[in-house]
Amino acid sequence: QLRHLPPTDYSGRLRTSDSLLMSTRKAFGSLDRKRNEVVSQSAFAFLFSELIQYSQTRVNTADELIAKLEDAGVGIGQRTLEIACWRDRTSKRETRMRGILQFITQTLWKSLFGAAADNLQRSVDLEDEYLIVEKDPLVNAFISSAPVNCAAFVAGIIRGVLEASRFPAQVTAHDNEEGATVYLIKFDPEVLQREKRQS
Amino acid sequence: MRRPNLAKCAVPAVVMSGGTCLFVIVAPDDTPMYDAEFPEARGKQREDTLHLNQLTVVHAALDMIDELVWGTQAMHLKQVDRFNDYLVSGFVTAGHVRFMLLHEAKNEDSIKSFFNDVYELYIRLLMNPFFTVGSKMPNSFDQRIRQLAKRYFG
Repeated sequence: QLRHLPPTDYSGRLRTSDSLLMSTRKAFGSLDRKRNEVVSQSAFAFLFSELIQYSQTRVNTADELIAKLEDAGVGIGQRTLEIACWRDRTSKRETRMRGILQFITQTLWKSLFGAAADNLQRSVDLEDEYLIVEKDPLVNAFISSAPVNCAAFVAGIIRGVLEASRFPAQVTAHDNEEGATVYLIKFDPEVLQREKRQS
Repeated sequence: MRRPNLAKCAVPAVVMSGGTCLFVIVAPDDTPMYDAEFPEARGKQREDTLHLNQLTVVHAALDMIDELVWGTQAMHLKQVDRFNDYLVSGFVTAGHVRFMLLHEAKNEDSIKSFFNDVYELYIRLLMNPFFTVGSKMPNSFDQRIRQLAKRYFG
């Protein structure tokens, strides 16, 4: 059975009495996430593995590969920040470090990976460093061996979110002793200065 | 950044024909992404009015927004600045993109709905992986914004 979309004139003139946005939504889909709308993990794993192999042919060192994977994630972070906030429907932004970190470990992680991150810790010695611990990163699920930890991609996503919301930071992915992946977030000095002014 | 004292400027008052609004979208790095005047001004007049308006009022309003942004978690900043008869209303997205409207009449509810709908359109545009902040806005975006403005501001 064919599904008919309502007629929309691409010059922008409406042909129905629906509002402009209603017709846009019908033609292009609602921005809200439909129930159970997920991407197949195998599809993602396949695409991700191709991304890694593609990047490998274009770099010479492991560090360059990490940088390429991180850069691939930054744009995703910027976009998921906006759409996750919009879907939340509260018209609220995060203005404190604690707030944006909670947003990342809870809302963002659930939206991207289906569950909240395992752990968020603050570094003991340094007040500008935080760690997110993930026992089994979803992106690494089907990677048996790689020259680097491909969760660098997720580190890039986190950095994209932080930069877009004006909490610039360096974010790197590391393996810890227990085999889990740790994302180390080091905020730029301006973030701490602003945080002090706010409290 | 010190705000210019506009009352003492030699620049003539904001030149806009009565009843028009100026809408500007500013990127996080303070570069203008999009601007439009409703209803659309024609020809040379358009460049003059936009140039004057952008230089003086909108940039001063950006400074006000920068101060407000860290004091509240709201996206709707309502009225952020005033210049003679004109009001500037602001909206900041999660990704720190700013929408500003320069207008005469106080019209909070319409402006709030307008900003919400623009936000939705902007996100739709942003979801395109080929669009990055700083690239040229597509014509369809411009057309849709004008349709929204017509609906909310007549």
